[in-house]
Amino acid sequence: MVPGDGVGPELMTAVKEVFKAGDVPVEFEEFHLSEVQNMASEEKLDQVLASMKTNRVAMKGKIHTPMEYKGELASYEMRLRRKLDLFANVVHVNSLPGYSTRHNNLDLVIIREQTEGEYSSLEHESVKGVIECLKIITREKSRRIAKFAFDYATKKGRSKVTAVHKANIMKLADGLFLQSCAEVAELYPKIKYETIIIDNCCMQLVQNPYQFDVLVMPNLYGNIIDNLAAGLVGGAGVVPGESYSAEYAVFETGARHPFAQAVGRNIANPTAMLLSAANMLRHLNLEYHSNMVSEAVKRVIKQGKVRTRDLGVLHHRGFCACRH
Amino acid sequence: MVVLFLCLIFLFFLVQGQIIPPPAKYGGRHTVTLIPGDGIGPELVNHVRELFRFSCVPVDFEVVNVNSGLDSEDDINNAITAIRRNGVALKGNIETNHSMPPSHKSRNSLLRTSLDLYANVMHCQSLPGVQTRHKNIDIIIIRENTEGEYSSLEHESVSGVVECLKIITRVNSLRIAEYAFQLAREKGRKRVTAVHKANIMKLGDGLFLQCCKEVASGYPDITFDSMIVDNTTMQLVSKPQQFDVMLMPNLYGNVVSNVCAGLVGGPGLVPGANYGRAYAVFETATRNTGKSIAERNIANPTAMILAGCLMLDHLKLHAYATMIRSAVLTTMNETRVHCTRQTLGVRAQPLRWSRPS
Repeated sequence: MVPGDGVGPELMTAVKEVFKAGDVPVEFEEFHLSEVQNMASEEKLDQVLASMKTNRVAMKGKIHTPMEYKGELASYEMRLRRKLDLFANVVHVNSLPGYSTRHNNLDLVIIREQTEGEYSSLEHESVKGVIECLKIITREKSRRIAKFAFDYATKKGRSKVTAVHKANIMKLADGLFLQSCAEVAELYPKIKYETIIIDNCCMQLVQNPYQFDVLVMPNLYGNIIDNLAAGLVGGAGVVPGESYSAEYAVFETGARHPFAQAVGRNIANPTAMLLSAANMLRHLNLEYHSNMVSEAVKRVIKQGKVRTRDLGVLHHRGFCACRH
Repeated sequence: MVVLFLCLIFLFFLVQGQIIPPPAKYGGRHTVTLIPGDGIGPELVNHVRELFRFSCVPVDFEVVNVNSGLDSEDDINNAITAIRRNGVALKGNIETNHSMPPSHKSRNSLLRTSLDLYANVMHCQSLPGVQTRHKNIDIIIIRENTEGEYSSLEHESVSGVVECLKIITRVNSLRIAEYAFQLAREKGRKRVTAVHKANIMKLGDGLFLQCCKEVASGYPDITFDSMIVDNTTMQLVSKPQQFDVMLMPNLYGNVVSNVCAGLVGGPGLVPGANYGRAYAVFETATRNTGKSIAERNIANPTAMILAGCLMLDHLKLHAYATMIRSAVLTTMNETRVHCTRQTLGVRAQPLRWSRPS
């Protein structure tokens, strides 16, 4: 468990309380890794990695990345992701019954490549006043994420995968991504494969999001779409997310924000982290406990008696968590 | 040197014409194709699924049904694509209808050849608690799985005369021999015996034997000898303990593996595995459909469960494999719970057998 910054530790407390109340047979090994609170070091990172090697599964809050440049281009968040090779990020955007938004009954999955693309941390000043920032797309990683998306669709019984791109402008890079997706799609004759350009995808998502099933995309587009889609069903507080490598799985919130202004005020919505924890339990074959946690959370929201501020009604989260 | 080697591998992939996708493994969980097959297949794989669930094995199954009654090859092609995606499969045997026209190939054989699963490996070991004529049998049988008599090349050259081609190639013979010797070394075995009929098929089996000898010269630590297939079967039923690792072409492998399975207790007990360069398919060693005892809950699940364990070993989930395997062997020792009538004596229900009490 890496609680991270901002409201991360509060959300983790909610998870631990719920696990305790539900007698969930999971123990946490906690590591506080934070760049803003001077709690990040190589040693700390190594400890987290060593713990991951033995436990293979993690719950993680957002490790805040300060904007200013201090000689290191890659944030701890990125380095952790790269060291563990967590190439696939999955955000399942699912409307919560009982909480009404502009679009209800939404059910779509966003799969994002998160080890290359715009996040390669390769930037330099070629001539004074001119910065080049390299976006890297490789065939191997594109194929890998495409296969992940189709495997996910197969496992979850979904019928369509849409690749999101900007190959009309970035003809070679996004072109390679698209080509890789098309190649992988051939292995899955029963799943429909489509493509859509990123700008149009954004527009479609806010107009008619129901047309999408599983979306697969490179890094930065994924970041934007994750947040956009989370916004459709209620914001960062309600959508769980997870990251996978071949060996490891990390469970976190779908839209990763530290939400530092809410620290200590007991107003952060624990729904996303609790649903994520339920997903983790399913991953660990603890089907019964997983259902117990996720159904309890959904029941509370459906009843609408207790709500956090972001869902409209003023109420303290502490109360919400205790009711479980 | 390393670069050169990588280049060679890359070239090899290019020549093969298709790049092999990585297996479906994410966050430590594997997806495996499950082909229930016909006859007792579905009930056997259900025992495996139930056991895996109880043991919290990080494996998810993608079930692909193959209807053996249909004429079209869509179903089996679907299954083959599914294995290409996942890399690994657990499979019950698919019924081959003999009354179909000759163009109708065995689905099982089609699957093995399309995925190039060239090595069939079966480990015949006496099981504790199973009364058989011979004790202390421990034989590994390695069978070439893609060519030989199974090439499906038959034609009527003149009316009333049918030619059936048995194909032996140098490439495939070297490949299977290499596999056998490597496995023998890995498992710390001392001797490899090639089984053949080169006294009659001087060129075909001769080539196979020749290839085995060539490969053997690279493994001075392992003794190599050869034996003619008819004599082999006789030796097997009279003194099976003399064999260590056995290596043979397709049809002999079929016959010998059935003999060996019989020696240690029958088709319900021995698991089998088919390995290719990129894919692996696990099934019972003798590949029966067992139609006569289907849906009566009397089929012995041991072979399929042990095949599941071999699969777990292949996925490097050794701890789970060992746990299930030792549970199976402990149950075999429990004389109160024995499941099939013919082989193991006392009768019991396998469903009860695979459920913890």
